[in-house]
Amino acid sequence: MLRIEQAVYDAIVAHAKRDHPDEACGIVAGPEGTDRPERFVPMINAAGSPTFYEFDSTELLGLYKEMWANDEEPVVIYHSHTATEAYPSRTDIGLANEPGAHYVLVSTREHGNSDGPVEFRSYRIVDGEVTEEEVTVVSSVPGSAPESNID
Amino acid sequence: MAIEVRIPTILRNYTGGEKAVEASGATLAEVVDNLEDNHPGIKERLLEGEELRRFVNVYVNDEDVRFAGGLGAPVSDGDQVVILPAVAGG
Repeated sequence: MLRIEQAVYDAIVAHAKRDHPDEACGIVAGPEGTDRPERFVPMINAAGSPTFYEFDSTELLGLYKEMWANDEEPVVIYHSHTATEAYPSRTDIGLANEPGAHYVLVSTREHGNSDGPVEFRSYRIVDGEVTEEEVTVVSSVPGSAPESNID
Repeated sequence: MAIEVRIPTILRNYTGGEKAVEASGATLAEVVDNLEDNHPGIKERLLEGEELRRFVNVYVNDEDVRFAGGLGAPVSDGDQVVILPAVAGG
């Protein structure tokens, strides 16, 4: 199951609507091993295309170096489909290289740049196998608030 | 000193789970061959024929080797090589 904060969910949807009809993409990083998507990082779609997305290679390196320095990992990798359903395409499956990530797909095919509901679905993609999972939107993810260290 | 190579999660099954390994070579191609000697199978995941795979990004000291000589990119002791699969799809 993907548990995601309302604010992060809204930010992903807003990015997808803003970039429609091109595909939008980005990640939500979280502390390693916690499965908590906390830090929303919208990326530029270097492909600038309605049918393809790719992180810019220099930005990709910058992003990963930042995550390594923060002991973070990509908890969510999201992108939009702008004319088709929110289900991983064959290309998505072939290029999915983060077995630990939740792959989020948003479809803006219905309302484009306008207000209105979108499809928002999440998957695990491991060794070419797609498994859809439940998405639970919460006002805040338990444990994500800064905690004080007692020891 | 050697060359440090950062290994992405998806390829760590070749390195016994290690996030970074050491390698040697004077060019990226030699580094890849040296990686293959110590971590058999990894080369095929990086190259298609004689070329870097389209959706594998390799950086030498933060520079994408596509713009720095590809497999012929020079490397030397102390350099850092980063391998990152592209984040891409359709």
